[in-house]
Amino acid sequence: MKKCPISQLDNLFAAIAGKQKLYIPTGEAKTAAFKPWEEGMQLTSALNTVRSAKDLFFPQVENLVNFKVTGKQIEVIENRDPAEPFVVFGVRACDCRSFDILDKVFLCDPVDTYYQTRRECGVIMTLACSEPEETCFCTAFGIDPTDPAGDVSCWMSGEELYLRANTAKGEALLGSLDMLSDGGEPETDKGIFERLPLKNLPLDKFGGEHMMELFKRPEWAGLAESCLGCGTCTFVCPTCQCYDIKEFNTGDEIKRFRCWDSCMYSDFTLMSAGQPRPTQLERFRQRFMHKLVYYPSTHDGEFGCVGCGRCLQKCPISMNIVKVAKTLGEEKP
Amino acid sequence: MRQDPLIPMLAVVTDIRQDTPDVKTFRVVGLDGKKPFVHIPGQCAMLSIPGVGEALFSITSSPTNEEYLEFSIKKCGCVTDWLHAMEPGQQATLRGPYGNGFPVDTDFAGKDLVFVAGGIGLAPLRSVINYVRHYRDRYGSVDIVYGSRSKADLVDYQEILDEWCREDGISVHLTIDNAQPDWDGHVGFVPNYVKELGFDTGKTVIMCGPPIMIKFTLAGLMEQGFPRDNIYTTLELRMKCALGRCGRCNIGDKFVCKDGPVFRLDQLDQLPDEY
Repeated sequence: MKKCPISQLDNLFAAIAGKQKLYIPTGEAKTAAFKPWEEGMQLTSALNTVRSAKDLFFPQVENLVNFKVTGKQIEVIENRDPAEPFVVFGVRACDCRSFDILDKVFLCDPVDTYYQTRRECGVIMTLACSEPEETCFCTAFGIDPTDPAGDVSCWMSGEELYLRANTAKGEALLGSLDMLSDGGEPETDKGIFERLPLKNLPLDKFGGEHMMELFKRPEWAGLAESCLGCGTCTFVCPTCQCYDIKEFNTGDEIKRFRCWDSCMYSDFTLMSAGQPRPTQLERFRQRFMHKLVYYPSTHDGEFGCVGCGRCLQKCPISMNIVKVAKTLGEEKP
Repeated sequence: MRQDPLIPMLAVVTDIRQDTPDVKTFRVVGLDGKKPFVHIPGQCAMLSIPGVGEALFSITSSPTNEEYLEFSIKKCGCVTDWLHAMEPGQQATLRGPYGNGFPVDTDFAGKDLVFVAGGIGLAPLRSVINYVRHYRDRYGSVDIVYGSRSKADLVDYQEILDEWCREDGISVHLTIDNAQPDWDGHVGFVPNYVKELGFDTGKTVIMCGPPIMIKFTLAGLMEQGFPRDNIYTTLELRMKCALGRCGRCNIGDKFVCKDGPVFRLDQLDQLPDEY
């Protein structure tokens, strides 16, 4: 365990940023975001950012490749966004778990090399939580908010920032920072577990073995009834990874890029031959079945949700995965 | 630089055959003039003309064809409109092959096979049929039931007449929806024709066609007592990646692009009815 006085945080950030790009969560609660650190930038007082650190590894838009079309000839032109080493500080335990979930999607064979390159370039410094938001439910997925994973785990305790390297990448980073001294142990307040308002989610009725039964539940109609199909939940979600591949003609070349997409949108699965998810009911059901049933079915029971609570905060009709889990997962009297 | 599965290879369309008023068959080779890759019957590939978009098509040629790949494509959207408008010599991008394919060397081996196709649904089955013809002694009897709206809409009609119909041990049963003057064959819908033909229920059925054809053919087969674990079909849903990541083509916990597109009926029974 290493430590550094919290009063020296600016110097710590400067030292990290001197060697590679550093992102920290900054800004007011309603706009908090991971931004490239610069002199004088303050950590946000908000518990978490509006959008997760997923953006740094799986950006909303990224170039795949360019083509030059001349008559009947096509030329393939490499056009990857350049990857450079970076550190992201202040990732919460929930968002850190989302990388385990995304890794299983993008790093299985055949590996998505765009994501892989960013994962290799990035060092994740997590920050332990001490006080939950009213929308937090990470512990429902077995996440310990007081002991986050990542390459380096950090705790703010009293006047000190404690840092623990968990990986070789983390060791290398901490080893490069002279101002750190060997430290004791942070005081962690496990009382947060009791203060998590939504910790008792009834999740044991979910998972792949209940697929057909859950798919056919009549409650979906009521749950999906008010869904606007705006897709906000998918865009703030740290584990949503559906994407579209689009092209843009620059006038000189064709730029093929990847961008986030949402299963909540009506044209997501639209084909000339038909539409397998014709109404918002099917689209709504798909999103929650994916998180709570389909993903666990193919990934050893691990849920595709980390309980960060962003969808609870942002949904304009206040529909969310907690309501879905409670409606479908609770014992009927 | 790392090679990413989303980056396609270049290919050339060397020949385009007008099969029906809205179906053309495209012959594709790599830039070196050779077949771009080896596939299993039933597998698919992503074809694209940059600027128009990518789309997934089943490979209609058999793997036993060592010279080129063929794709039979119906004109029905942006990418296919463009493909239909192009001329031989046009380069295209290609990636694949994707999907599981039909179990031609395992479950089908030694079996009596009944192929049931409607319209452009023949495209993926043609790969299997020509594979089976090539290794004829590995399989039992072969029946092919194929129907379309009219005689002009029968894909690969010339190949069917010149090759399939003339081969021993293969029975071809063609049908069109409505009678027309230059047609002396069967008239009527595929599901009824399959029923009339009264195949032995021990035969393996391999089906592809419009959903309405599948639905009614299946109902007939069930009535006749065919076991669901001996009926195969191949599905198509919208896809962007074909790698199980873009999130479009899942049916429950299975992705059509990598767990399919070929499914047995008893496997589909275990999945939500969302296709």
